[in-house]
Amino acid sequence: MMLLVLTILLPAAAGTASYFIRPHRWRRLLWGTVATVHFVLSVTAVLTITAPPLDHWIGMDSLSAIFLVLTSLLFLGATVYGIGYVAREPVAGQMDFEDGSLFQNEPESVFTGGLLLLLAAMTLAILSRHLALQWVAIEATTLASAPLIYYHQNRRSLEAAWKYLILCSVGIAVALLGIFFLRMTIQEGSHDLTLAALLERAGTLDHRWLSTAFIFMLVGYGTKMGLAPLHTWLPDAHSEAPSPVSAMLSGALLNCAFLGILRVQQICAAAGMASFGGDLLILFGLLSMGLAGAFILRQADYKRMLAYSSVEHMGILALGVGLGGLGLFGSFLHTINHSIVKALLFLTAGNLLSRFHTKDTMKIQGACDALPISGALWIAGFLAVTGSPPFGTFISEFTILRAVLEQGRWVTAALYVLFLLLAFVGMAGIVLRMALGKSELNRVREPLTAVLPPLVFAVLALLLGVYLPGPLADRLQEAAQLLGGMGK
Amino acid sequence: MNTLRWSLPLSAWILAPLMLGIINRVKSFFAGRHGPSVWQLYYDLFKLLQKGSVYSRSTSAVLRVGPSVVLACMALATVMLPWGELPAPVTFVGDIILLAYLLGLARFATVLSALDTGSSFEGMGASREVQFAALAEPSFFLGMLVLVLHFGFSGLSEMVSEISFETWQTSGVLLVLVGCSWFVLLLTENSRIPVDDPNTHLELTMIHEVMVLDYSGPDLAFILYAASLKLWIFAALVVNLIVPMHSLPPWLQAPIFLLGMVLVMVLVGVVESILARQRLQQIPKILIGAALLSLIALIVRLMG
Amino acid sequence: MTLISVLLILSCLLLLGSSRLHVAIRVVAIQGVLLGALPLVRSMGDLLHLGIWILALSTIISKGILLPWLMNTCLRLSGIRREIEPFVGFGPSLLCGTALLGLAVWITDRLQLTQAQVPQVLLISSFFAILVGLFLMVTRRKAITQSLAYLIMENGVYGVGVSMSLDFPFIVELGILLDVFVGVFLMGNLLFHLDREFEHLDADKLTELSDLSKSAPVVEAVEENA
Repeated sequence: MMLLVLTILLPAAAGTASYFIRPHRWRRLLWGTVATVHFVLSVTAVLTITAPPLDHWIGMDSLSAIFLVLTSLLFLGATVYGIGYVAREPVAGQMDFEDGSLFQNEPESVFTGGLLLLLAAMTLAILSRHLALQWVAIEATTLASAPLIYYHQNRRSLEAAWKYLILCSVGIAVALLGIFFLRMTIQEGSHDLTLAALLERAGTLDHRWLSTAFIFMLVGYGTKMGLAPLHTWLPDAHSEAPSPVSAMLSGALLNCAFLGILRVQQICAAAGMASFGGDLLILFGLLSMGLAGAFILRQADYKRMLAYSSVEHMGILALGVGLGGLGLFGSFLHTINHSIVKALLFLTAGNLLSRFHTKDTMKIQGACDALPISGALWIAGFLAVTGSPPFGTFISEFTILRAVLEQGRWVTAALYVLFLLLAFVGMAGIVLRMALGKSELNRVREPLTAVLPPLVFAVLALLLGVYLPGPLADRLQEAAQLLGGMGK
Repeated sequence: MNTLRWSLPLSAWILAPLMLGIINRVKSFFAGRHGPSVWQLYYDLFKLLQKGSVYSRSTSAVLRVGPSVVLACMALATVMLPWGELPAPVTFVGDIILLAYLLGLARFATVLSALDTGSSFEGMGASREVQFAALAEPSFFLGMLVLVLHFGFSGLSEMVSEISFETWQTSGVLLVLVGCSWFVLLLTENSRIPVDDPNTHLELTMIHEVMVLDYSGPDLAFILYAASLKLWIFAALVVNLIVPMHSLPPWLQAPIFLLGMVLVMVLVGVVESILARQRLQQIPKILIGAALLSLIALIVRLMG
Repeated sequence: MTLISVLLILSCLLLLGSSRLHVAIRVVAIQGVLLGALPLVRSMGDLLHLGIWILALSTIISKGILLPWLMNTCLRLSGIRREIEPFVGFGPSLLCGTALLGLAVWITDRLQLTQAQVPQVLLISSFFAILVGLFLMVTRRKAITQSLAYLIMENGVYGVGVSMSLDFPFIVELGILLDVFVGVFLMGNLLFHLDREFEHLDADKLTELSDLSKSAPVVEAVEENA
C-alpha cells in the first residue's frame, strides 16, 4: 500500500521541485532518476501485491497493474529520449519550420515539471479505487499536459493547446455529471463511491440511473480518450506536441481515459447490464475506426497521421470491450501492444522531424538512407501499428476479430477488417514513400538517447508477437474476469 | 358599502392626471429644472375640452369614434381595480382577463384610428405599437397565471386581498419576479423610457406619440386622460401585488395604497431620468426579458 | 434556496443577452459566490461542520475573487470590451435561452425526483446553467467567452451536485474545486499567449490546423527554409 502511495507522491514531489531547480543537469538527473525509480516501484508492486485491494481509496487490481507498468515503462522510454531531446533544443529563440515565425521554447523547468506531474496524475488515476478521486486525477492529467503541448511556443501549438484544454475540460465536466448520476443509483445505505462498495451492491443499483450515468461517463471520458466524434482535439494536440510528449499522450494518457470508461463498465457488468454499454461501445469503436481511416488516407502531416492512428486504435479498444468475453482479453492485450508501438512511432517521428525539419510527408524522402536506424524503425513501426505479423498487434487485433466472429456479428467483422485495411493502405503510401529512396541529406550519427528507447520498444513489440509470457496472460485473464469474464 | 367601493374608481378618475404630473415633476427635479406644476394635465385637459376639433379630410368615422372608445375602455377597466382588501365595484371570477382585453380593445381602437388617417407616419407607429404589444402580452398573462395558480382562480379582488406578510415569507420570490415583470410592462404600455420617449417627436423614435398626432380638441383630451388612466391601472396592479394589504388594518390600506401609487410614479420618474431610450432593436430583448421573469416565476411556482 | 436558484437563472439569462465582457465576468463571479454559499444554505442545521465552511469559503474566494481578477486582467491586456457579432445574435440568444430553460424543466421533470429528495428549482437552474454554458461555448466567438462558458458549465455541474446533496468527502470536493480553478487559470494563461500571438481572441479563427479546409494542410513554408 505504501508502495503505491510512493509511486504517486514521488513524481508529484519531483515535478513540483522541478519548477524551482535552476541547473539543467540536476533537473534532468532528477527526472531520469524518478522515472527509473517509478518503473522499479511499479514492477515491484505488481509482482508483490497479489491480494485484492481493500476498501481503500488507492489499490491495485489486475487491470490497474497492467496499466501501471505500461505507463511507467512508456514514461521511462520517453524520459531517456526526452533528456536527449531537451538537451539538443536551442536555448534562444528558433525559427518555425512551417511559417518562418520566430518563437521560443517554454522554460525547461516547466516542461519537466509538467511531465512529472503528468506521471503522478496518471498514476493516481490508474490506482484510485474511488470514482470521484479518479475523476480529479483525470482532470489533473488534462491540466498537467496542456502546457506540455505548448512547449514549442508557436501559433499552431497554442491553438492546439487551447482546443485541447477546452474540449477535454468540457468533456470531463460531462463525466462529472455522470459520476453524480452514479451516486443516485444507490438506493439506500452509505453513499460510498469506492469501487469495492459499488461492486458489492451491484445487484441493487437502479438500472435507469446506471444507464444514464454510463452514457454521460462514456461521452465524457470518451472525449478524453479520443473516440469519434469527440476526437477533434486529438490530431491537433498530438501532432503539435513535442515527440516525447506525444508518445506519452497517445501511449499512456488515452489509456487513463479508457480506464475511466472501463471502471463504469465494470460496475455495469456486475449489475447485469453489460450488453447495454457494450452496444454503445461497439458503435463508437467502429465510428472511430472509420473516421480515422478516412482521414489517414490523404494526410499530409505524418504526426497527424499517427494521431489519427491513435483514434483508430482507441476505436479498436472500445470495440473489444464492447464485445465482452474474448474481446476483453484482446482489448487489454491490444492496449499494451498499441501503447508500445505508438510510443515507438512517435519517438521515431521525432527523429525524422529533427533531421528533416519538416512535418510534410511529401517533403521527406529516403529516411532509411539518411537515418538508417530511425528509417528502419519507421517501417517496423508502421508494420506493427497496422497489425502485421509478427508483431504483437497482430495477435491482439486477431483476437478481437475472433471475438467478433464468434458472436456472429458479420457486419461488424466486415467493417472492422475494412477499416483496418483502410488504415493500412493509407499509412503504407505515406510511410513507404518517406522511408525508401535516396535522400539529399547525408548520413549523420544518430544520438543514442534518440534511438535506444524506440529500439527497445520495437523489440518488445516483436517479442509480444512471438511469445506471450504466462504471468502476463494470467493477469490479462484476471482483468477480463473483472469486467464480466471470458465466457468462451 | 357599495358607495365605499365606488370610491375606488372615482378616486382613480379624479387622481389619475395627478400621477402623470408627479412623474414629470420628478424628471424635472433630476434635470435641475423647476418643471411644470403637478396639476398641469388638469389645466391641459380643461383647455382642450373647450376647443373645437379639426379633422383631416382623409379620415372617416373611425377617427371620430376612436377616442371615445378608448376612454370608455379605460374607465371601465378602472371599475374593476381593487384596493387591497376593499374589492372593486365590479368583480367576478375571471375579471382579470376582461381587464386585459379591455386594454387590448383600447389599443385596437387607437391603432385602427391611426391607420384610418391614411398617413404612413401613423401607420409606422401603429405597426411598432402592435409588435411590441405582442411581445409584452406574455409577461402579463404569465404573471396572471402565477397569481391564479397561487391564489386560486377567482376575481382579481379576491386574489389580491390574500396577499399578506406570510405570502411574502413563503413565496416572496414570486411576488418580486412578477412585480418586476409588470413594472417593465408598465413602462412599455405607457410608452415610458426606456421603451419610448413621451416627449420626443422624431420619426425614428416615436411609438405611441405618433398615433395621436392627428387628434385635437376634446378628442385629444380624451386620449390624454385615457393614457393617464392606463398609467393608473398598471401602477395599481403593481402596488396591489407588492404591498401586503391583508396584513394591514383596513383604515390604513387606502392611504398606503395612495402612497404606493405615488412611490411607483416616483420610481418611474427616476427610471426615466436615469436610463436612456433603447434602440428599437433592443426593445424586443427587454420585453423577452420581462416575459422570462414571469416565466421563471411560473416555473418556481409549478416545480418548487 | 429558491432565491439562489432564481438568481442563478437570471444571471444565466443576463449572460445570454449581454455583449459586454466586463459584465459577463462580474456575473460569473456572482454565480460563484452564490454557489459557494449554497452548501451553507443547504445544510442549515449542520453549520458546525468545519468541512462545509472550508469548502464554501474556498469556493467563494476562488470563483468570486481570484478567477474574475484573472479574467479581468486578460480583458484589460487584450483591450477587448465586447463580444461582437456572435454566431447567434443576442436577442435570438435570449429566445434560445427560453427554450433551454424549458429543456431544463423537462429534464428535471423526467428525473422524477420528489421535492423531499431534491429541491426542484435548484436542479432546474443547475441544468439550465450547464445548457447555457454549452450554448455559449458553441455560439460565441471570443476565446475568453469560451473559458467563461466552461466556468458556467462547472457552476451548473456543481449546482447539480449540491442539489442532489451528494455528500462527497470534502477532500474530493476540494479536489474538484482545485481542478476547476487550475483549469481556468491555465486557460487564462493561454489567453495571454493567444492574444500576443494572434492579435485577436476570436476562437473561430483558430483554424490553421484543420484537415477539412485545405487539401495540403501544411502551409507553404518560406521556401529557403528547407
